[in-house]
Amino acid sequence: MKKLIDYTKILRSKNAGPLFITFDLIFNTKEDMEYVEKRLKKSDISKAYDIEEGKIDIISYGVVNSIKITFPRKNISGSLADNDIYGCQQHMPLANIEV
Amino acid sequence: MKIVALNGLLGYGYSKKALDVAFSEKVDYLGVDAGSTDPGPYYLGSGKSFTDRGAVKRDLSFALAKALEHKAPFIIGTAGGAGSKEHVAWMKEILIEVAKEQNLHFTLGTVLSDVSVDYVLKKLDGGKLIDMSSEFPADRNAIKDSTRIVSQIGIAPIIELLKKKVDVIVCGRACDTAIYAAPCIYEGYSEGLAFHMAKIMECGGMCSEPVAAADVMQGYMYEDYFELCPANPIRRCTVDRVAAHTLYEQSNPYLIFEPDGVCDLTNSEFTQVNERTVRVTGSEFREAEEKTLKLEGVKCSGYRTICPATVFDPETIAHIDEIIETVTEFIKDNTKNTLPENSYAINFKLSGEKESSLGIIMDIVGKTQEIADMVCALARSRMLHCDYEGRKSSAGNLAFPFSPSDIHVGAVYEFSVFHLAKVDSLMETSEILIEEV
Repeated sequence: MKKLIDYTKILRSKNAGPLFITFDLIFNTKEDMEYVEKRLKKSDISKAYDIEEGKIDIISYGVVNSIKITFPRKNISGSLADNDIYGCQQHMPLANIEV
Repeated sequence: MKIVALNGLLGYGYSKKALDVAFSEKVDYLGVDAGSTDPGPYYLGSGKSFTDRGAVKRDLSFALAKALEHKAPFIIGTAGGAGSKEHVAWMKEILIEVAKEQNLHFTLGTVLSDVSVDYVLKKLDGGKLIDMSSEFPADRNAIKDSTRIVSQIGIAPIIELLKKKVDVIVCGRACDTAIYAAPCIYEGYSEGLAFHMAKIMECGGMCSEPVAAADVMQGYMYEDYFELCPANPIRRCTVDRVAAHTLYEQSNPYLIFEPDGVCDLTNSEFTQVNERTVRVTGSEFREAEEKTLKLEGVKCSGYRTICPATVFDPETIAHIDEIIETVTEFIKDNTKNTLPENSYAINFKLSGEKESSLGIIMDIVGKTQEIADMVCALARSRMLHCDYEGRKSSAGNLAFPFSPSDIHVGAVYEFSVFHLAKVDSLMETSEILIEEV
């Protein structure tokens, strides 16, 4: 078991518009990507971010050995409870998931 | 056909040398994106730009002269950062200032894309408003409270202005892709390739290495493919960078959603043609049966006063939840007879590790600035001296970095509208104006 961040060369979060948060995991090799692809569970992401599984999209983009995860923001960008307007510091709960 | 992106955002800067390199051969169109919702709802609400006026003027001054000299129409998307009519007026004022200083004359086309509260309510009542997120359903009251609403235009109004042979186009809120896709599609090139190239180019040098949104990108459009090569000789486009670009800020790396339809990259292929150039083929476009425009609106939620502070004592940090509860209850009780109900919202924004030090921002948004000031002052003083079991640091719980400790932030805006509107025509929100400068 390793942390997700240890498999990747890029692991980042960013708004996909103010209503969604999107995460890019880019891997050094196709093998790493496929290894994570098989083992990363929506239930782990759901727990890490307190978001319903049904609202999480996971899409593999093999062209650059990457996996994209997108779900709606509960506190949309700029709402009073929001703490990260650009959404670019939301990746650590994902980074710490063990696979 | 050659199209040049000045940079990823007007006002971010670019190398003038790189612009000279780009214009050392024939350029058909020059474009630049000037806006984004990244910085949040404030800028649309206030009518201000998040880019600096001086930096925008610098970026425009070389580019405008170059574009006019080479007769390359210059397309500016999402003027003033948020693209409302106030933002367009701000951009036009800078353009005219530059033109006067350099004695430049040109035909200016403008597209305004503001919409009224009534327009959105009619869409809502007609069942023509589509929610984009389950967490942000359309809300009649929020729509009614909106201070500004804009629509994100696609390629249609830009093509309309290109037909009229204007030299410079300033758009209100526009899809980033429309800036670069419109001239390609107007010239008869494939829509799939046009939208894909536009999606990559709109960030300037972001698809090159060393990566830089603040630099010039060159796009070459052909019948069956397009090529990207940065103008600055210190940068190069690589297959990885170009292919990875559709991951960035997008919810789906294969699909680019546009008002006209969807650009599908499932069959796109990327080839390194030389050290600095990447070729792309196979991107496809499917027209949507029902055309949509994205609407963005904001409402004023009140006025903000904040007080930043730090706690270093681990005992205080350990009791922080209890302290916050005491302070919140105290304010509620203390203002019971003086402030109307629901006249303020209070958020304690915490950051840091509980083991070492804790940053706190007391964030108060009141119906008026006076209410926010009063609540913030109460929160600050009560928190400073809040007692807890076993407290040894009885002189004060908070380190304030500033005097005054409380800071006026002013009007606060939140998104009130962020939905798709089904439209009969992609021009229905556009107001076009042509004038001589």
